[in-house]
Amino acid sequence: MAKSHISMTVNGKKVEELVEPRTLLIHFLREQLQLTGPHIGCETSHCGACTVDLDGKSVKSCTVFAVQANGADIRTIEGMAAADGTLHALQEAFREMHGLQCGFCTPGMITRAYRLLQENKNPTEDEIRVGISGNLCRCTGYQNIVKAIQYAAAKMSGVPFQEAAE
Amino acid sequence: MNDMTPTSAGRAEKLQGMGCKRKRVEDIRFVQGKGNYVDDIKLPGMLYGDFTRSPHAHARVKKIDTTKAAAVPGVVAVITAETLKTVNLAWMPTLAGDVQMVLADGKVLFQNQEVAFVIAEDRYTAADAAELVEVEYEALPCNVDPLKAMSANAPVIREDIKDKKEGAHGPRKHYNHVFNWQAGDKAKADAAFAKADVSIKEMIVYPRVHPCPLETCQCVASFDKIKGELTLWGTFQAPHVIRTVGSLISKIPEHKIHVIAPDIGGGFGNKVGAYPGYICAIVASIVTGRPVKWVEDRIENLSTTAFARDFYMETELAATKDGKVTGLRCYTIADHGAFDACANATKWPAGLFSIISGSYDFPAAHVSVDGVYTNKAPGGVAYRCSFRVTEAAYAIERAMDIMAQKLKMDPAEFRMKNLIRREQFPYTSAFGWVYDSGDYQTAFKKAMETVGYKQLREEQKKRQEAFKRGETRELMGIGVAFFTEIVGAGPSRNCDILGIAMFDSAEIRIHPTGTGICRLGTKSQGQGHETTYAQIIATELGLPADNIMVEEGNTDTAPYGLGTYGSRSTPVSGAATAMACRKIKAKAQMIAAYMLEVHDDDLEWDVDRFRVKGNPERFKTMTELAWAAYHEVPPGMEPGLEAINYYDPPNFTYPFGAYICVMDVDVDTGTSKVRRFYALDDCGTRINPMIIEGQIHGGLTEAFGIAMGQEIHYDEEGNVTTASLMDYFLPTAVETPKWETDWTTTPSPHHPIGAKGVGESPNVGGVPCFSNAVNDAFAFLGSTNIPMPHDNWRTWTAAEKLGLHT
Repeated sequence: MAKSHISMTVNGKKVEELVEPRTLLIHFLREQLQLTGPHIGCETSHCGACTVDLDGKSVKSCTVFAVQANGADIRTIEGMAAADGTLHALQEAFREMHGLQCGFCTPGMITRAYRLLQENKNPTEDEIRVGISGNLCRCTGYQNIVKAIQYAAAKMSGVPFQEAAE
Repeated sequence: MNDMTPTSAGRAEKLQGMGCKRKRVEDIRFVQGKGNYVDDIKLPGMLYGDFTRSPHAHARVKKIDTTKAAAVPGVVAVITAETLKTVNLAWMPTLAGDVQMVLADGKVLFQNQEVAFVIAEDRYTAADAAELVEVEYEALPCNVDPLKAMSANAPVIREDIKDKKEGAHGPRKHYNHVFNWQAGDKAKADAAFAKADVSIKEMIVYPRVHPCPLETCQCVASFDKIKGELTLWGTFQAPHVIRTVGSLISKIPEHKIHVIAPDIGGGFGNKVGAYPGYICAIVASIVTGRPVKWVEDRIENLSTTAFARDFYMETELAATKDGKVTGLRCYTIADHGAFDACANATKWPAGLFSIISGSYDFPAAHVSVDGVYTNKAPGGVAYRCSFRVTEAAYAIERAMDIMAQKLKMDPAEFRMKNLIRREQFPYTSAFGWVYDSGDYQTAFKKAMETVGYKQLREEQKKRQEAFKRGETRELMGIGVAFFTEIVGAGPSRNCDILGIAMFDSAEIRIHPTGTGICRLGTKSQGQGHETTYAQIIATELGLPADNIMVEEGNTDTAPYGLGTYGSRSTPVSGAATAMACRKIKAKAQMIAAYMLEVHDDDLEWDVDRFRVKGNPERFKTMTELAWAAYHEVPPGMEPGLEAINYYDPPNFTYPFGAYICVMDVDVDTGTSKVRRFYALDDCGTRINPMIIEGQIHGGLTEAFGIAMGQEIHYDEEGNVTTASLMDYFLPTAVETPKWETDWTTTPSPHHPIGAKGVGESPNVGGVPCFSNAVNDAFAFLGSTNIPMPHDNWRTWTAAEKLGLHT
């Protein structure tokens, strides 16, 4: 199959590659760029394990062709931490609040939460729950994920995190 | 005392041992996307395999033509049953003593059954070519109803064994019969029913569901022809079992098989068994001489690898009119699909289903289970529960509600009256299980007081009256469940898999600088083993948990063990860890005595050191003793500081809990909303309360999914209609209720650290609790048993049947 030439920015770095037109973005990221953080959990866009940030929007990279991302600015979980290795507030928060177990949904979940907090700096619990409803987790029951996002939101706004009373 | 010496409590805290909410070690890599899962593995020259699958539930395979598929550029080989026959692998043994087709041999027996395996240079080409394998089928009548499986004119599912009168578990009474298994005392139970003041009988159905971990089943097989060695990376909850079974099936000597389970994206029972994909990838690697990766997609996962439940339980209780249960009978039809590939301990075809007397003191009980073949996918795994324990808990907890209703008693009061009392432990059930410890009344009272049970019932009564007056269309349900599990399989006298006793193991090496590594036969799939096992060692050996690396999943380096499922890691490998620590500690004590020039009896343990009794200033810390073990051991003593323990538990452990759910149900839309869910768990000694709470949250969410919407459903033609996340309900953050957790602590008397296991409790207790809440909402209108799953449609239908929409 004839290959298409694409270029994009991934985690701040310019990349240029040849891909089959039908190559899905998730396969391009995982197999051509070796960014294996985003995962594949379904093929129907339900689970969100493959979520990446594309031009300021959360997308499920299993239902985007790599060629559609030509010229795009993409951020994956691998691009979350600072250059010196300092974890992003969300990465720290997920660990602090026990917001993950098997870790398979985590990259997509954190990437989605990142965009959610860009759009809404101080979301309510309900807004968080709706905001991550495109990302499934089979392990945590979401409660600690919600807490983690609240923790990160507080940290990013420079206010102390207070756990809501049970 | 020297001011610079921290107190014992201060030193203990720094160790991050048992009881500490230690942050998880594994999270550091997971939050950065640096986990290493099977599909992340990329080997030079690696090929990809994909299946051609049957569109039919039951059909004769007349012809398979692979010409077009093989001609696709990039396709390396196409394997069919005929290929597999040349290496005697067209069929494989199952863990349950049956055999299973690896690829369709003459017939297909369920929809999406594996028919051909295409191996290609990349996954897209493999998928393309799998579509081009041409298969000629002759459709046969099919049966997906287990209750019809043993009728006179039922289609013959298994032609290979249709005339066999004896199966792996005794006599077969019909060509679609797998086994009959019984437990308890039938005569005694029948006598109890003959004398009963009151009895109930209800068909309680636990539908077919699927564990559906977010990562599907997958593997990479790499066969080295020169060395004759196979390396198999895979999503294996039980890597050593896979190695042994792999060796028995493939005839590759076991020492030349290296099984590696890297990070696993959830298991919940789905990743215990051996599947055709693994066999095909292995054969493909042998045939092509290149590594071969096989990755299931979600539809394949939901429709072919390892369903759970599918139990039809006709449950009866007998009681006195003042509410004391005198007998239990349960006759169950178990749908095993086309092959008996149940993942149970081998001698237990219905698992530990005889835990069905639950938390109650029943004088007489009997169960009988008939397994049957149908045109459905094989499996029968324990989806986040010990073998068939959630089925048993569902049946008894539903039946207790139904009996309470008949007796016009409050379901909680009725349970309280029948609970095993604290002074009865160790308690021997009517089925012969010896419950190790419990204090059920204390737990139950705490639960009822915390939620304000009495006030809730008063509120419910007011709501019912308002409903009758037409002032509200919303009913209130209060679900109560008191469950007891049987976990930690298991004692070798009870439990084996293909003859291998179900012990487990831990091997600990303490390095000269006082750090160490612990390797185990279990395998975490998200439970946090790297964190919690180190906490046991921290407390036992007085070394900081941060100084202990925990490693699992590599059969070359880990001691033999039976893996992680059935909540067995803490009860079995957790015990092995403590016992190995105690061997190390005993040796360290001898070294300390030598160094301090005292008798070892004159030493006492203090958090992280041995000190001289009555002279606490004279001590040797474990870190110092580690150095000494490689430097100045007493004469005649072997250097080094390491130990291994293979732990054969003397008994199962019996975690328990009291759950209460408050739900509002709209009779006009069938929608229900969980207002409150309170879960009290008693898992004995608590190793990491943060992780325990996380396990409870996750298990409750799975239970919510099962009770409120999950079903692997087949239509009459055998089409599986719920095989994608479009149709199979996985709760999102929006539907998922908020969880309240609580605990009591009743240590296990036979476990070295008193721990019982916890990960599966919320699934076992949660499902009946949700279901009882929905049923309870309608009970005052005379409804006894609305079947699961309680999705809006079924709840609306129940309301419709009760005439509530007129």
